[in-house]
Amino acid sequence: MNPLHAWLLFSSALFCVGLAAVLIRGHAILVLLGVELMLNAANLNFIAFWRYGSGNAEVGVVFVLFSIAVAASEAAVGLALVIALHRHLRTVRLSAANRLKG
Amino acid sequence: MTLTATHLWLIPALPLAAAAIGAAMPRRAKAVPIGAALVAMTLSWLLSCAALVGALTDPSGRSVANFDWFSAGTAVIRLGWLLDPLTAFMGTLVCTVSLLVFIFSTAYLRDDPRIGRFFCFLSLFVSAMLGLLVANSLLLLFICWELVGLSSYLLIGFWYEKPAAAAAAKKAFITTRVGDLGLLIGLLWLYHATGTSLFYDGGAGVLESPALGLLGSTLLPGGWAASTAIGLLLFCGAAGKSGQFPLHIWLPDAMEGPTPVSALIHAATMVAAGVFLMARVFPLMAADQGLASVPMHALTGVAVIGAVTALLGAFLAVAQTDIKRVLAYSTVSQLGYMMLAVGVGSWVAAIFHLITHAFFKALLFLGAGSVIHATHHEQDLRRLGGLAGRMRITFVTFAIGSGALVGLPLVFSGFWSKEAILHAAEVWPVSHLPFVAGMTGVALTAFYMTRLVIEVFFGQARSESAAEAHEGPGSMTVPLALLAVGAIGLGWLGTPLWPWLQSRLSGTAVPAHGLGESLPLMVISTTIVLLGMGAGWWCYGRTPRKDARAIDPLARRWPAVYGALAARLGLDELYAATVGRLLTASAGLACFLDRWVWGGLMGAAGRTAEAAGEINQGMDEDGLNAGFDHGSEHLRSGARRYSRAQTGDVQGYLRAVAMGLAVVALLLIWGGVR
Repeated sequence: MNPLHAWLLFSSALFCVGLAAVLIRGHAILVLLGVELMLNAANLNFIAFWRYGSGNAEVGVVFVLFSIAVAASEAAVGLALVIALHRHLRTVRLSAANRLKG
Repeated sequence: MTLTATHLWLIPALPLAAAAIGAAMPRRAKAVPIGAALVAMTLSWLLSCAALVGALTDPSGRSVANFDWFSAGTAVIRLGWLLDPLTAFMGTLVCTVSLLVFIFSTAYLRDDPRIGRFFCFLSLFVSAMLGLLVANSLLLLFICWELVGLSSYLLIGFWYEKPAAAAAAKKAFITTRVGDLGLLIGLLWLYHATGTSLFYDGGAGVLESPALGLLGSTLLPGGWAASTAIGLLLFCGAAGKSGQFPLHIWLPDAMEGPTPVSALIHAATMVAAGVFLMARVFPLMAADQGLASVPMHALTGVAVIGAVTALLGAFLAVAQTDIKRVLAYSTVSQLGYMMLAVGVGSWVAAIFHLITHAFFKALLFLGAGSVIHATHHEQDLRRLGGLAGRMRITFVTFAIGSGALVGLPLVFSGFWSKEAILHAAEVWPVSHLPFVAGMTGVALTAFYMTRLVIEVFFGQARSESAAEAHEGPGSMTVPLALLAVGAIGLGWLGTPLWPWLQSRLSGTAVPAHGLGESLPLMVISTTIVLLGMGAGWWCYGRTPRKDARAIDPLARRWPAVYGALAARLGLDELYAATVGRLLTASAGLACFLDRWVWGGLMGAAGRTAEAAGEINQGMDEDGLNAGFDHGSEHLRSGARRYSRAQTGDVQGYLRAVAMGLAVVALLLIWGGVR
């Protein structure tokens, strides 16, 4: 197994952990954490291909820098949403936030 | 055994690994994080000793190990490790003090349910500080600098259920961030001007003569040299971290953290970072010294801020009633001395004082911690008293620390390092004000430390908890004793007769000069110290306080002055009234715009649409509705069935998406990817 395989396996494991957190955890902040994990798994892929793959080298790093910036703003928006949720419902359990059902 | 620059990264990496282990452990496993932290710290200490040996035996005096981090376009970002006597001495100091503080913490926080997390944060804190020391790149230094800020936030707010602790953590974080903005701008400017952020790179680094010559000769509008502006921006960061006026306000509030954290912040790790940064970039700070026509030299600004801080901290310490706050303001004052020393051109004296101060201030804080632990968290010195008999080891070591802090002659380390600073200030050609401020600070230091020792340890116990206090376990007293040895012994490394530390740090032989040259200054400052202590005894020692509610003798004599000092000259309120109010006002403006201007526009547009809709509705209901009603009924019943799938449960939807993804993935795997 070469290093690229190892990193891809590691990042898919990270992605699965994040996905599991998003699907299973009921707490909004933990779900956000899961999303962050998945984003970072994607970042890891970029870096792995940049480091071990062929092709245009700088693209991977630049993409990751962009994605980190986007993740930061996403976290800000997400946390603001959580606070707004808490103001309305006095809880941040996602199961309580189901008013948009049919 | 020696350690070379190539392997220098091991020193910060070990505590970092300990922090990672501590973070991964479940909350119940308390022993693992503690053990990992102690083991990692011991190993780091051994490595730092090896690095010190390596640095002292290296004839070139400096070795670097640089490597590429990443490249974007044609720009390559390079980082590196740097081993020189400054790094080595500071590394050994940080490791020694941290190790003792770690041992002390095992006893101090024994009953805290979150002690594992505490040791995880402590390890991260020390790791960040050590990384800052070994960095050969301003960028890497900045990264570790911010990590120090983060972990100090976590540690000051460790008891976050106390509102005061949470507020203090926020205040420390935000105040230092103000200074860090300057540091970041200076860093970017430096990178833009020189194309590198490495300190030393075989002639191409920012602290080597080609870059310094370029920065010193580039003139900005107004006749400023570029190096002056960059130096002052870097000093902004150092001022924030090292609690220099006007950013000193976070340091006393940082007392809300557990006492070992205060000892660490005030002695070896956080506040030392600013002074260390100034010593590290000293060639850059001094690059404009040769220019005669610039409006201001960078170092002059440093000296003035240092002198103001030294004086202000000493004044404010006089009127505090919390034992830890007195020590906190004395730290502010002593950091002012160090910056003053850098400003007058003697960074070696600053580092000397930093090293001795680290030992005796850690000793004083841990001594205070021992008192607080023994009296069940009684920190008000009006309610303590009479502890000299009951806590003999704490008393003796605390007295040694106080002797070093006020600079009692010959025996104590603080005397020699303070003399070195005062000597440097005396011969500074630009102005005598820093020297005068320094001398005044010496008298005030002697006064308030005398007051502190008398109030805490003499007289009679003025509360039940003080009357029942007794000495803590050996893991508390042994670090105290070891630090007391350092508080006495370290001064002999740098006396005027044998300036070993000075010549090692500066890399050039510093000639030993006889006592004749420095004797007059020593006599004067000793007299001032004795006068200050005498005044302290006159006010507090003659008739010891009998009752916790008795008015302070100074407050009785000069109530207005004492009140102003006790209220910290209203600086916190001033900031709240200016900066705080400015922020509130801009937020209010944004709210007003949002609510009335944009909201009004949107509201108007909405009402127009609403009116149009009403006209439409009127037309519809009369004409088209009847035909559509029938069709709609079918649609509605279908939609009702369909909408049962819409549970409103976000995670349910996500699960469906994940299932679909899995099915697609399986199809791709079985069907082969084309």
